[in-house]
Amino acid sequence: LKVKVLQNVLGANDAIAARNRELLDRHRVLAVDVMSSPGAGKTTLIIQALRLLKNKLRLAVVEGDIASTIDSDRVKKEGVEVLQINVGAECSLDANMVSQGLAGLPLEKLDLVFIENVGNLICPAEFALGEHLRVVVLSLPEGDDKPEKYPLMFTKCDCVVINKMDLKPYLEYDLEKVKRKARGLNPGVKFFETSCRTGAGVKEWCAWLAGERKKRSS
Amino acid sequence: MHEAGLTQNILDLALGKAREVKAARVNSIDLVIGELSGAVGDSIRFYFECLSRGTPAEGAALNIREVPARLRCRDCGREFHPEDVAAWLCPGCGSQGVEVTGGRELYIDSMEVD
Repeated sequence: LKVKVLQNVLGANDAIAARNRELLDRHRVLAVDVMSSPGAGKTTLIIQALRLLKNKLRLAVVEGDIASTIDSDRVKKEGVEVLQINVGAECSLDANMVSQGLAGLPLEKLDLVFIENVGNLICPAEFALGEHLRVVVLSLPEGDDKPEKYPLMFTKCDCVVINKMDLKPYLEYDLEKVKRKARGLNPGVKFFETSCRTGAGVKEWCAWLAGERKKRSS
Repeated sequence: MHEAGLTQNILDLALGKAREVKAARVNSIDLVIGELSGAVGDSIRFYFECLSRGTPAEGAALNIREVPARLRCRDCGREFHPEDVAAWLCPGCGSQGVEVTGGRELYIDSMEVD
């Protein structure tokens, strides 16, 4: 007997992602998925943003890593709620892991949750988590070919943060090329240039986040 | 890289559907995989063999239909298959402004059951 199925393999993930989104919306919490290669500066960027935003917004962080609590230990020192998820052999957070993370957070007392994904420019592009915003962090030492090598990631993001700008004098990095290629894949994408070491540009990124939060909660 | 989880989803969907139609056995599964879905067919086959053991889908054939990536140029409107999946350039006008119109599929189309 032949039976028609027509069911998406990631359907279960997408259904949980939709539930996560409903839960977040009900509590008016903005969820920001932060993705990058390993070492681009996701945790440091989040920590800098926490420092700038914590007097204005109630914040929390969900940390996704293969192993360890290194990132959550760093974030904890900032005095915000943090939840570490160790994904083990998985290469990305998925909606189910995030739903467990959200269950451990006091959502009624929050305005914005950063979800720091596993360092990887491939798999996180494929899993909806229920997030409102998708942020890709690039850093100068990685080289300027990322939008060409990992196009899918760039087709689905809201903004690209180009980090470690303080290293620009020492590296050959074609900033305009990166922007041109990313815009080609995603015409509406926004760019921020930051250095988490000097703090440059982080304020602008935070202003954008705060604006997005306001836009969605009014 | 996450094919183990994907394969478990495939198996769960197939077994769920088999129960729904009161079938005792799954003989084959027609799976559609887009070139840009990130899923690797050979890897799914490997996991399927392991994960399906002891279930009504044990030994079922996985028929995989691959769907090539399709891109559309935002400047000249041309639809094309990127020769190099990593460099999305329009072969007509050289533009880098492209959108994905196909190749992200990852679904079970149908199955054969007894």
